[in-house]
Amino acid sequence: MTDSGTRDVVLRGGRIVDPSQGLDAVGDVLLRDGRVAACGGSLGTPDGADVFDVTGLVVAPGLIDVHIHLREPGREDVETVATGAHSAVAGGFTAVCAMPNTKPVTDNQAVVGFVKRQGEAAGFARVYPYGAISVGQKGETLAEFAEMVQAGAVAFSDDGKPVESAQLMRTALEYARAFNVPIAEHCEDMTLARGGSMNEGHMSAKLGLKGIPAEAEEIYVIRDILLAKRTGGHIHLCHLSTKGSVELVRWGKERGINVTAEVCSHHISLTEAAVDGYNTNAKMNPPLRTAEDVEALQQGLADGTIDLLVTDHAPHHYDEKEREFADAPNGIVGLETALGVNCTWLLHRGVMTLPQMIDAMSCKPARVFHLPGGTLATGHPADVTVFDPDARWTVEPARFRSKGRNTPYGGHELVGQARLTLVGGRVVYRAP
Amino acid sequence: MAGPLGKDLLGLEPLSAAQIRLILDTAVPFREISERAIKKVPTLRGATIVNLFFEASTRTRISFEFAEKRLSADTVNVAAQGSSVSKGETLVDTARNLEAMKIDMVVIRHMASGAARFLAERIESNVINAGDGTNEHPTQGLLDLLTMRDRFGDLTGRRICIVGDVLHSRVARSNIWGLTKLGAEVAVCGPRSLLPNAVESLGVTVFDRIEAAIEWADALNVLRLQLERMQAGYIPSLREYNRVFGVTSARLEKAPRDLVILHPGPMNRGVEIDSDVADGPHAVILDQVTNGVAVRMAVLYLLAGGRPELAEAAKRGGA
Amino acid sequence: MSSSSLTVLDARAVDRTLRRMADQILELNAGTDRLVIVGIQRRGVQLADRIVRIIAAQEGTEVASGALDITLYRDDLQTVGPRPVVGSTSLPWTLEDQRVVIVDDVLYTGRTVRAAMDELADFGRPSRIALAVLIDRGGRELPIHADIVGRKVDVTPGDRVDVLVEDLDGRDEVVIVSRQDGR
Repeated sequence: MTDSGTRDVVLRGGRIVDPSQGLDAVGDVLLRDGRVAACGGSLGTPDGADVFDVTGLVVAPGLIDVHIHLREPGREDVETVATGAHSAVAGGFTAVCAMPNTKPVTDNQAVVGFVKRQGEAAGFARVYPYGAISVGQKGETLAEFAEMVQAGAVAFSDDGKPVESAQLMRTALEYARAFNVPIAEHCEDMTLARGGSMNEGHMSAKLGLKGIPAEAEEIYVIRDILLAKRTGGHIHLCHLSTKGSVELVRWGKERGINVTAEVCSHHISLTEAAVDGYNTNAKMNPPLRTAEDVEALQQGLADGTIDLLVTDHAPHHYDEKEREFADAPNGIVGLETALGVNCTWLLHRGVMTLPQMIDAMSCKPARVFHLPGGTLATGHPADVTVFDPDARWTVEPARFRSKGRNTPYGGHELVGQARLTLVGGRVVYRAP
Repeated sequence: MAGPLGKDLLGLEPLSAAQIRLILDTAVPFREISERAIKKVPTLRGATIVNLFFEASTRTRISFEFAEKRLSADTVNVAAQGSSVSKGETLVDTARNLEAMKIDMVVIRHMASGAARFLAERIESNVINAGDGTNEHPTQGLLDLLTMRDRFGDLTGRRICIVGDVLHSRVARSNIWGLTKLGAEVAVCGPRSLLPNAVESLGVTVFDRIEAAIEWADALNVLRLQLERMQAGYIPSLREYNRVFGVTSARLEKAPRDLVILHPGPMNRGVEIDSDVADGPHAVILDQVTNGVAVRMAVLYLLAGGRPELAEAAKRGGA
Repeated sequence: MSSSSLTVLDARAVDRTLRRMADQILELNAGTDRLVIVGIQRRGVQLADRIVRIIAAQEGTEVASGALDITLYRDDLQTVGPRPVVGSTSLPWTLEDQRVVIVDDVLYTGRTVRAAMDELADFGRPSRIALAVLIDRGGRELPIHADIVGRKVDVTPGDRVDVLVEDLDGRDEVVIVSRQDGR
């Protein structure tokens, strides 16, 4: 992305919150040649600069979502790299990491390179591809990590599925050490989970649906933490959803094991009650669970046991979701509601402070995944998110930039919305 | 808008106790019709009812057919084989096609929980759930309730134990909803691997042994145990199931009171229930079948909506 | 909305009228042979019972009787709104060659009687069906006529004729309730 040749940008008078610098003060930010030239204090206006008055708004390092699904290659009818990247910036995200469960699977340098180039061509959020851990995500043989890293892969995962063989996961963790990239696992014991379409508990008993017990996730959580301990590799646990998982990660971190964890916006805001009435727009994997789990996940974020917030943005075609519950595919979109959901449930309910929330949405994702950005320190890429944490708005799925409309938040009022998104110093989204 | 039950009968969980009682009370006079020489009343004459069965079921479908025909309705049976459904037509499209043919009511049996509600939310015809996945089978629940009410008079405080594979049984769940709403005390008894993990949260007690259930209950509703459960590994064998949970005459003899025995059918004689019990004096299984037609007639009657804007005109008319 | 009510028959008058109707039925039938008295739910059933008892006291014979609920045969089912409760029908005897007398409290449009005859037809073929009503209030919408009438009353449309019976309402009485004009 050539950022030189763009005009200077001044963001005037916003509340700059950059946990990477311990900064939380009203001031100006100057962006030049695609990098942060100055941050904080009262800056002048260089000739020819574009000035944005962002008084009353929060200016943060660009938000990064390390867990989304773009459906290209293979299901461009449902989402492309471009529409997904556009959806991202509309939600305030300047960078996203795209999971490899595409068709064909992103398990070689050709597909990795393709996804990366599609992202660059689209010109919205930066798109960093994941590579698959195993060839075809079949869980049998290791894919070519080195080639994929060379082509731009930033992490490896078989997400959508767990790596069922502990031996293969062990090997992946060991092998990835050479490339200093995380191995991200979708924790799910398939023998316990098979046939299940929601959390196993009171609601599944009530609706007559087979449930997925919390233990299906927790068994793999502890397995992978132990393998990370054995191998010294970096295990990153995707979309945690249970109280037990949080406790296990805490156990691992206390012992200095290199484990990091993420949680989705929907898991810190909704419970299994959202499924009532067989609502397929509340169906995802791992499923929504109980209020107790929500509280534990929120607490995990607050005390740092859970490092990052993500969305697991998973668009599906309307026809696919318009089915009997057990047959409908798992997944909801999230890029355009995440900031609102996180502010509403975490910031405004006092679970996290603004710096903590931004840390989990920007600084830590960059650090954990070794990505550029996640800071407004001078010299770093000019990826900036300007948002209004107090803006009230109602979610209208028909207006999403994403092709997917499958969200449980349709019609909900959220508090917190992106106003201006800049990538490499260029405005890529401006709220209407 | 619609009648006293609303547009559809999707389950017993959404109904109030008053609505359930209305259906049971309405079923009583309908029983008498089946005893006449001419087993027909003109009540639903001209109504078109489609029996949309995605799962094979002879007894339920026949029961509904009798109910529909005895109300003089026109019935059409659609089975999953030999229709556009088997070619992979979605449930939505099937529904819309039927609606375009101006049908009045659909009776649907489907293998997915929530399928009846899914259909009901998308078509204007009345939808009656004849069994959706492992969710509910409301007309079976109602006929069980009627049969028990006939025996006990009032169900308040009566102790009813459902025996068997509650985990996979929509009959069990409809029974649980209906009985708890009418004030009965409900228990379940079966191997824990065949009971929902959170079953107590539905308001029932759990007995691990059939002897304890027999000691406690006024009536047992014995569920059919399917061969597939053994094949799927939930229980080791049917023989062991009978040894531990089978309703046998030897066990019933030890009961402190005369138990009423129900079974939704079809029975696996010698597995969940022994022949001499099924054919014996405690069993009300055939009454259940008779009540089934009456209950279904009552449901069809109560759902076939009135048009209130003409009700005023009718009131001005009178007798 | 105020209304005024006028008692047309008090308890003694009701009793006298029923006795006269019982006599007329016996006259019409030339006795009790093959006579079946069928009351229409709800109050027709009570009145039929009374007539049966009067005949029993007089003739010493318990005449065959039954009850008919015509709800399922109404011609206005689709428009009547919340479903009316279905009462019980019991006609255990065969109707072949019997002489049926239908008993009802008020004859108005005639639709109830039409429904009753449709329903009786589904039970068998009586050799004759006659109609006995306590009150005929006119206003027929179908060509139905009562063979035996307790009392004819003249009412305006909008008026209600209420027949109260001891068993259900605590007393015997026939009352005309008219709505006050303008309300």
